[in-house]
This record gives sequence, structure tokens and C-alpha cells, in this order.
Amino acid sequence: MRFRGGTVASALVLIAAAIFIFLPVVLLVQFSFQDGLVPVPPFKGFSLRWYEKALENRRLTEALWNSALVALLSSLLATILGFLAAYGLARRRTRWNRLAELTLMAPITVSYLIIGMGLLMTFTMAGIQKSLLAVGIGHVVINLPLAFAICYAQLGAHQVAYERAAEDLGAGPWQTLLLVTVPIMAPSLGAAFALSATLSWDEFVIAFLLSRFDVTLPVVIWSMLRSGLSPELNAVGTLVFAVSVAALLAAELLIFRRQRGG
Amino acid sequence: MRTIAGLPMTTRAAPRLLAWAPAPAVIWTALFFILPLLAMALVSLTRRERGQTVDLWTFANYGTFLTQGGGVFLEALRNSIEVTLIVTVLSVLVAYPIAYVLAYRVPARWQRVLLVLLVLPFWTSYVIRSYSWLLVLSEKGIISLALQGLGLADGPVGLGNTRGATVLGFVHFFAMLLTLTIYANLVQIRESYRRAAADLGASPLQVFLRITMPLSLPGVAVGAFLTFVLAIGDYVTPQILGGSRELLLPQAIMLQVGRTADFPLASAMSMVLMAVVTLAYLLFARHLRMDRV
Repeated sequence: MRFRGGTVASALVLIAAAIFIFLPVVLLVQFSFQDGLVPVPPFKGFSLRWYEKALENRRLTEALWNSALVALLSSLLATILGFLAAYGLARRRTRWNRLAELTLMAPITVSYLIIGMGLLMTFTMAGIQKSLLAVGIGHVVINLPLAFAICYAQLGAHQVAYERAAEDLGAGPWQTLLLVTVPIMAPSLGAAFALSATLSWDEFVIAFLLSRFDVTLPVVIWSMLRSGLSPELNAVGTLVFAVSVAALLAAELLIFRRQRGG
Repeated sequence: MRTIAGLPMTTRAAPRLLAWAPAPAVIWTALFFILPLLAMALVSLTRRERGQTVDLWTFANYGTFLTQGGGVFLEALRNSIEVTLIVTVLSVLVAYPIAYVLAYRVPARWQRVLLVLLVLPFWTSYVIRSYSWLLVLSEKGIISLALQGLGLADGPVGLGNTRGATVLGFVHFFAMLLTLTIYANLVQIRESYRRAAADLGASPLQVFLRITMPLSLPGVAVGAFLTFVLAIGDYVTPQILGGSRELLLPQAIMLQVGRTADFPLASAMSMVLMAVVTLAYLLFARHLRMDRV
């Protein structure tokens, strides 16, 4: 690197950016360990009592499992549906392709609030109760475009040679799909799943509108917000952040491996 | 989509499997996305009183939207558009220097790590991210404490429940998103263009203004459009940080759903929100080239 005025300015930009971006997160994490009643300075000492309190809170722990369940199942379904659609559209060109692509990508342009409200009204008319299932259905809707786009972008001509080789050697269509294409696409499938799971895990508005008795974590956190700042909320927030970051790192590693593997 | 010369994209076998593979996803989207939107459009044209549909094919809800309470809903729409435009502009101004430094001033091997680190909070829970700004902005927050500690304020200073707090929360989130899209665009600009300009005598400022910036506009446009669409439809950030002193449109919609269960009016307001987003898309469409990002 050349050491000029530009270097100092660059460093200042990065430092300022880091402070702005991390200030609230650092406060969140640090004061989740607060040995006191309010999560603001002064820091009164290190304590895990708020984590203890959060993990003893039945509503929170139940919501935690609900969130994990909804995130895993809805992401699994979104990934499978998205991959199948991408596979069909990438390998078979018809005049309907453009319309199918537009349909599949459309939910990305509409606010979660409107998607959730539309589903709430439709379910009410159809006599379907508010439930975790309803939330999961909504999460598949919002994650399907992403899973589709990730798979579609990676389904290029480079796998076709392998698929043809498998066919020439006598593999049936399902065998080729499951034993050749899916393993080649594993990194993209993993990335699509991890991204979907992260988004579902954090999603609030749809879960808020479509759930009643069994709720997800963001909905419980929302109801806890009414009582104002509390180190328990910091502790919960830190846990949620840790899970998201773990999922993200998993996705990142998968993408890295793909790039290295070419 | 990459194609290898001479190899058609289509495989020979499995026409049935291929033909049906997209069906489940398309049916899902039709059933749980398109159908609800159509239902909403229809419901927005009805009027209900005491649980009974009293009017079909009426624009009464849109009339209510325009005139109710001296135009409170219209004002919510105006607030939403104002806040979203401010947020979009500020986010670009914050994100561009970060993306620029990452792309051109940081050694290549550190770029990816730094990028991932800088946008890490992008992935924290949306609700939690807004809450964590309360730790900074509220009456007990660190800004208030700092001002009192420095003797600049006599009592607690509450910066929450203001438009500024909403804007700050939004800019924090969308600056990270824009850093990603602008960075992705900047690293695709060939270095030879910039070097050629410099060799031909352009000053660093001229290289930036005439080469780098124009070529990076697609990334800015995509990011700005995403920012606009996501910010104008968001309920969480304005509700937690802005409070209800000044309503944004999504807050007004949620009030209809929650307090009065007035779905026809809420639907009409959602249609207005979608119309605004569509309008923004049409204005932006020429500049949106997703494949460049």
C-alpha cells in the first residue's frame, strides 16, 4: 500500500463506518452481561443472570423452539421448491419461462406487511386458523424467490455435461437429478437454505399477523419491548444475533468452498 | 447464464420431470401470494359494517383514505415518502465511501473479510436492531448520559419517538445493504479504464467523476431501489424508533388491522402503498440492471 493522505482518509472512513455500524450492537452485547437493572452505562460488572432469566422464561424458550421449527421446515420447503423450479426452467426453454420467472420473483417486490395481511384475510375467508403452520406458509412465500434465484444463477451449462454422461450410462431422470445435479449444486442449496433460515428466524410482521397462541421469537421480543430497556432483552437479542451469525458463517463457508472448487 | 459453445443447455432425457419441476413453486406462489393480493384488491372495493358486507364495488375506502380526519392517512403517505427519500439519499451517501474504500483502498485479500465483518449487524434480528438503537437514543441511552455528563444538558434527553430516530435506524440498516451492492459493482469496473484515464492526464478527482462514478451507478440504482421498496413498506423501525407521534403508512395500515379490524380500508391503503412502489419501479426501471450487481 502506498502511504499517502489517501490512506489516512481511507482508514478514517472505515473506522467511522465501523463505529456507526457496531455502536448499537456492541452496546446490546456488552450490557446483556450487566450486573444491574438497566442496560446502560455505567457497567456494573459481569453477570450471566439475565441469560439465566431469559432461559427460564417459558414463553421465550417455547418461542425459541417455535422459531427454529418454522425456520428449518419453511426453509427446507422453500429450498426444495426453488431448486426444482430453477432446474426445470434452466434445462427446458419454453415460451412460458419468462412468465414463470416473473411469477416466482414477484413476492420480492411486495412488502412483508402486505403479504402477511393478504394471507391473513385469505386464511380467514377459507376458515384456516392462525397458527405456526400459517406463519410457515408465509415464510415459504417470502423465501421462495431467494432460493429460486440462488439456484437459478448457479445452474449453468457446466453441469449439463455430467448430466448427459449419467444419462448415457443409463441413469433415469430422477437418478440423474438426485445423484448428479443435487450433489453438484449442494453449495448453492446450502446457501439458499441458510439464507432462508436466517430470514425466517428473524421475520416479525408475518409471524405477528398469522400466529395466535404459539408465537415465534421476534413476536415475543416485540411484546417484551413494551416494558422498555431491560438487560434481559439484551441477552435475548445477543442470543438471536449469535444464531444468525452462525447460520451466516455456514453459508459463507459454503460459498467460499464453491468458489475455490470452481 | 453461462453457455459453453456447442453444448445446448437442454438435456435429452426427462422431459416430463423437467416440464413439471417448476409446477410446485409456481402453484405455491399463485395460491399464497397472487390469490391473496387479488382478494385484497377485491376487498378494498367493498364496505363492511358490523361484520356485514354492505357495499360491493365501491371506492368508499379510497375516499376515506383521501379525506379521513382532515387527511391523516394522506399525511401518513406523505410522511412515508419523505422519510423513505431522505433515508435512501443518506444511505447512499454513507455507503458509497465505505464501498469505495473497500474496493480500491483495501488489499484484495482483506476485502472480503472486512466486507463480511462490516455488514455483520445486517443479519441481526430486525426487531432487536431497532431496540439496540434505543440503548443509544432513549432518555436513559448513552447520548443522553453523555450530554448530561459533559454538562451540555440538565436532564435526560430523549431522542426516541422522533422522525430522526426512524431515519437513523433505517440508514443504519440500508447503508449496510448499499455497501454490499455498490461494492459488488465497483469491483467489476476494470482497472484498465481508470489507469487509461490517469495515463491520459486525468486527475484522481476527474477519474472518479468521469469514469468510476458513472460506471458504478447501476449498483447505486439497484441498492437505492431496494432501499426504497423495503423502507417504505416497513412497520418495525418506525413503530419502535419513531413511535406514534408521526405515523408512517405501514403504521396506519397496522392500526386498521389491529384496532378496528377494518380490512377493506387496510386493503385500500395497502393498494396505495403497492401503487407507490410500482411507480418507483417504473421511474427506476431504466436504471435497474440486476445482472450487473
